Amino acid sequence: MSVPAPFYLALSAALFALGTLGVLVRRSALVVFMSVELMLNAVNLTLVTFARVRGAVDGQIVVFFVLVVAAAEVVIGLAIIVNIFRARDTVDVDDVDLLRG
Amino acid sequence: MTYALWVPLLPLLGWAANGLWGRRWGRWAAAVVGCGTVAVAFALAVALRLALGALPPEGRSLQVDLYHWFGAGSIDVPMRLLVDPLSVTMALIVTGVGGLIHIYSVGYMADDEGFARYFSYLNLFTAAMLTLVLAGNLVVMFIGWEGVGLCSYLLIAFWFTRPAAASAGVKAFLVTRLGDVGFLLGIFLAVGIFGTADFGVLTRDAQARLPLGGAAATVLCLLLFLGATGKSAQLPLYIWLADAMEGPTPVSALIHAATMVTAGVFMIVRLHAVYLRAPLAMEVVAVVGAVTALFAACWALVENDLKRVLAYSTISQLGYMFLAVGVGAWGAGIFHLTSHAFFKALLFLAAGSVMHALGGTTDMREMGGLARPLPRTAAAFAIGAFALAGIPPFSGFFSKDEILSADFHDGHIVLWAVALAAAGLTAIYIVRAFVMTFLGPPRPPADRAAHAPHEAPRIMAAPMAVLAVLTIIGGVLGWSFTSPGALDRFLAPVLAAGAGPVPAESTQGEGLLVAVSVGVALVGLLIGWLIYDKHAVRTGSRMIHEWLAHQFYIEDAYNALIVGPVRSTARLLAVFDRDELDGAVTGLGRTIGRAGRDLSHLETGYLRQYATYVLIGVLVILAYWVSR
Amino acid sequence: MERVLFAVTAVLALAGGVGVVASREPVHSVLGLLLVLMSLAVDFLLLGAQFIAVLQVIIYAGAIVVLFVFIIMLLNVRTGEGARTPRVVPPALGIALSAVFAGLLVAAAASGAGQAASVGADFGTVQQVGRALFTAYALPFEAASIVLIVGMIGAVALSKRPAPWGAPPDRRGEGRR
Repeated sequence: MSVPAPFYLALSAALFALGTLGVLVRRSALVVFMSVELMLNAVNLTLVTFARVRGAVDGQIVVFFVLVVAAAEVVIGLAIIVNIFRARDTVDVDDVDLLRG
Repeated sequence: MTYALWVPLLPLLGWAANGLWGRRWGRWAAAVVGCGTVAVAFALAVALRLALGALPPEGRSLQVDLYHWFGAGSIDVPMRLLVDPLSVTMALIVTGVGGLIHIYSVGYMADDEGFARYFSYLNLFTAAMLTLVLAGNLVVMFIGWEGVGLCSYLLIAFWFTRPAAASAGVKAFLVTRLGDVGFLLGIFLAVGIFGTADFGVLTRDAQARLPLGGAAATVLCLLLFLGATGKSAQLPLYIWLADAMEGPTPVSALIHAATMVTAGVFMIVRLHAVYLRAPLAMEVVAVVGAVTALFAACWALVENDLKRVLAYSTISQLGYMFLAVGVGAWGAGIFHLTSHAFFKALLFLAAGSVMHALGGTTDMREMGGLARPLPRTAAAFAIGAFALAGIPPFSGFFSKDEILSADFHDGHIVLWAVALAAAGLTAIYIVRAFVMTFLGPPRPPADRAAHAPHEAPRIMAAPMAVLAVLTIIGGVLGWSFTSPGALDRFLAPVLAAGAGPVPAESTQGEGLLVAVSVGVALVGLLIGWLIYDKHAVRTGSRMIHEWLAHQFYIEDAYNALIVGPVRSTARLLAVFDRDELDGAVTGLGRTIGRAGRDLSHLETGYLRQYATYVLIGVLVILAYWVSR
Repeated sequence: MERVLFAVTAVLALAGGVGVVASREPVHSVLGLLLVLMSLAVDFLLLGAQFIAVLQVIIYAGAIVVLFVFIIMLLNVRTGEGARTPRVVPPALGIALSAVFAGLLVAAAASGAGQAASVGADFGTVQQVGRALFTAYALPFEAASIVLIVGMIGAVALSKRPAPWGAPPDRRGEGRR
């Protein structure tokens, strides 16, 4: 492993932060969702990195499950977005504010 | 002998069954369950009696351990039953007389909405009373003691929508509770002295551990006696029994005549070995008993409510029983307990029959002339009356006479005289009651003139008949003037620690005493008849009458000195509780509510704001982490 | 060689990430996402996670991205993110917080991960991962399958068009014996 681990981790950190930025700043629900996927991928990179460092395949197993869950999440999330669009004719995240206190 | 467990257990199951499903099952089933459990318990009690009889007299004491209840340090309290002549005798009374009253109740309560509830409570009472009498140690006895107190409350206040009944129930419970404090303290003291609450040990070690006439024994016996005065309605805690007549009449017959009120007497007999070590306490018991007997007889003389007359009569007769045990005549006390159960229950059931016929009134001023329409009831009442007055050959004569004779022979002449005077008054008041109710012209109020009173139905008349027979022949239990009677012999092994004075005196002296007591009774009957039926003698002054009618103003004194201050304190505390304590709590609630409302402004519904908050939180944690 | 590869994938990944976050058209964001995914797949290979790398391509790039595209197409979304008053979250705040976040994370990452262990040739192969999945992680594996089923059912349930109000239920088949 000629590239030391901290580099991979730094890349992962940067991607994660980018994803966070997207969630905070963008208003389109689809883009927010994609930012979340970006964050998930960053985490996957971290997990695989550490699996390699420790020499144990468990980290990869976890990534496997993250993949599964991300897939299921995307499916249902998009279905919800579709429903909201049908009801409100918008995918603007700020328009969905009925759960206010 | 472990089947002894089922004697109290069956009525307990009856309570649960009728309590849970009695309403759904309907009257017939509820009655069968309610009476059936007690009937089977009676059969088991008879079996126990026969089993005991098959054993040699010294061996007639069997402990039945159900399970180990709890222990603390060196003290062990098992759930233990004690089967011996004393407990079996009491069990027979409770299940026998109780069973008859259950059957009577089927008729008496037939129209009542709470039929199933009534029988479940009655069964619960029976179970608790049986636990009390079959107990093997003081703690188990206390379970039964408290249980009967609870059931007394539940049954007195059975028609709880009536304010008088509800408050009478509370009064009974509170007053007996006061006595129970003494009882409980006595239990603690006993356990402290003996290291256990077991009756066998208490009886065996009493002589060793309690110096004769010492403070320990005296205090112990007086504390326990306090409990007895509460439960058995003696001075100073008798005030609840008259008001307890608000309950259904069969309840009055069972609880407040035949069984619960006798618990105090039973307890003292059970612990006679301890009491023998405290002669002062025994004196107190005897004096209290005698005085109560006299006072209560006075008060019964001026009561106009038929049931209250019988209530004061019960208090008076209980006084006789305490007088007996106070002079050491244990067997006589139990004998009077038994015969009193018979004739007092009979009197109450007859009174119930009268009320049933007249549609619920108990005021004797509104009765009169009922002998013709209610001949059987009148006969039953008359039999009970004769027994109460102590006329031979009824059982009451034998039992009361044994007590009087024991007093005399033991040297307590004053007490004997007091008891004799009370006997005279007893005869007078019971004749008065009989005359006012059954003889003379009818005096119904205007609205009732139309109803013709009808005799009791068979289901009510049959138990009365059985009790009447028992009253008549019950004397056989103690019949004998020179040697111990049948009951005394049966109880002897239990009382071996110190049997009371055996009237082994000369037959001649005995005969004179008997003649005196019978004479007093007859004179009393005559006087009563002359005054109340023939109106041949003018009765006393207004003032004396008022004084008697208010029971010497004892209760009023209690109200002024004790109840009043307690009530004021309670009211004060209630105001404090409402304003300060509740205020603090509600204030706290209001503050939290306001805080919540203010915080809810954070919930804008905007996803991005929430995400921002999360991120800020994460940053804080992360910063802390990284800085380490 | 490895270092060059890493440098390239890092640049591409970051570019793609910026593309996701900054593009105006959602389709451009999708393309950015795709770029990130592929770069990371290469990184996985570099880290000896062959099986995962392949899965990444198949599932993420092959299915999830396609799903995104379909939805964009279905909804015909225009990103007309005009200004909105009042501002829900000022963009400046978002950028600032994310920058701080990045800084902290990188600081944490840079504090070292220790020496890399030496691994055998079969590290991260289908066989090894499969063996672990079916033995030590058998239960989560089954649970994951349930998650997928639930996801499918959920998606189907959510996508049904609700019946119009007042429409009588279809009773044509009733009454037949």
